[in-house]
Amino acid sequence: MSYRAGGEEVMGLDRRNFLKIAGLSALFGLGGKAAVDIFAPGELEASMEAVPLTEGKRWAMVIDIQKMDEELMNKVTKACHREHNVPDLGNPKEEIKWIWKEDYEHSFPGQQHHYIGDDFKQGSFLLLCNHCSNPPCCRVCPTQATWQREDGIVMMDQHRCIGCRFCMAACPFGARSFNWGDPRRVLRKEDLKKLNPDYPTNRDYPTRSKGVVEKCTFCAERLAKGQIPACVEAANKVKENALTFGDLADPDSDVRAVLRKHYSIRRKPELGTEPNVFYIV
Amino acid sequence: MYDGGKIITGLIIGIGLFLFPFYYNAGKAAKAPDPELTPKAKEAKVCVMEKAYMTANHFSLLDEWRHTVVRDSNRYFTAENGKVYYKSLQVTCLDCHSNKSKFCDQCHNYMDVNPYCWDCHIVPEEKK
Repeated sequence: MSYRAGGEEVMGLDRRNFLKIAGLSALFGLGGKAAVDIFAPGELEASMEAVPLTEGKRWAMVIDIQKMDEELMNKVTKACHREHNVPDLGNPKEEIKWIWKEDYEHSFPGQQHHYIGDDFKQGSFLLLCNHCSNPPCCRVCPTQATWQREDGIVMMDQHRCIGCRFCMAACPFGARSFNWGDPRRVLRKEDLKKLNPDYPTNRDYPTRSKGVVEKCTFCAERLAKGQIPACVEAANKVKENALTFGDLADPDSDVRAVLRKHYSIRRKPELGTEPNVFYIV
Repeated sequence: MYDGGKIITGLIIGIGLFLFPFYYNAGKAAKAPDPELTPKAKEAKVCVMEKAYMTANHFSLLDEWRHTVVRDSNRYFTAENGKVYYKSLQVTCLDCHSNKSKFCDQCHNYMDVNPYCWDCHIVPEEKK
């Protein structure tokens, strides 16, 4: 137990105690997490765990792979990208994507084996930001332009982003895209104009500027108005429950019900980032 | 004084060049900006705060809005008269003040400030 200025008691280790324990441990040839566990059992665990499920929400998405097909994935991607003025830049090196499809090998590496059916091996999967409970991108951001909200959404603040791309290096899921140029160049360049005839597609949502990183925000702006994310809305218009969105903290929510009923997997669970996007296989 | 004539001529030319911009621009003060209200803005009569505050401090308000919206997900603003506004430059402010060139740019150009709001936020198309 430690104290803040003013005598208020706070949980966890403060720096002073941490250094004391570390210094003492060094004398006895101990180090790292083990040392803290011996001298102050339980304390470190508390500060290493992700943001607790507060009284609020913990947003999550479930993608039913059985209900997805190429056409639906394209439709969902288009709906999202139109909603958020994400341009098609025609060049994979400059590509900006919030939600996209990817092959099996790159979606679930480490989970493949020789005998998986061709449906899977050659299939595509819908990928987006996993809004991890333990997001590495937020840890590395030097300006806190990306951070985890209390409801679990890994949010981006474009006003603060300095374009260092640490977050892109940290994200193991490739969920982030960098604006190498001003996205509004699609309004000026003839070849890009053809790819984006009605850009900007949503005049109620901003574009981005040159030199910032962007990604899916679980449609934070729509959630604030009580709407569900654009991808979920688009998918469910075509196929009921292809995408499910809801609150993991609520045991009666749709996502919890779906996850109880079906077996689901997540991308790269071994990394411990605790993704909040689940795939029903 | 050696070469007195040359030095004095040089000084006069030098001072003349230095003062030239003042002579040249004398009496031609740039017109004070006069932001124009759209009929919709006129009809509304009140902005989200009183006019004097908005004229002097709209940027502080916008800065606070962008901060509270993005970082605290606090997206609604209650005005003093109880009216609730959706905090958005692009959706709310520019809905009334849809004439950016005559409303925003006039003062910004006069004061030589270049806010980068418009790099991302979309300006409504203005009817000519």
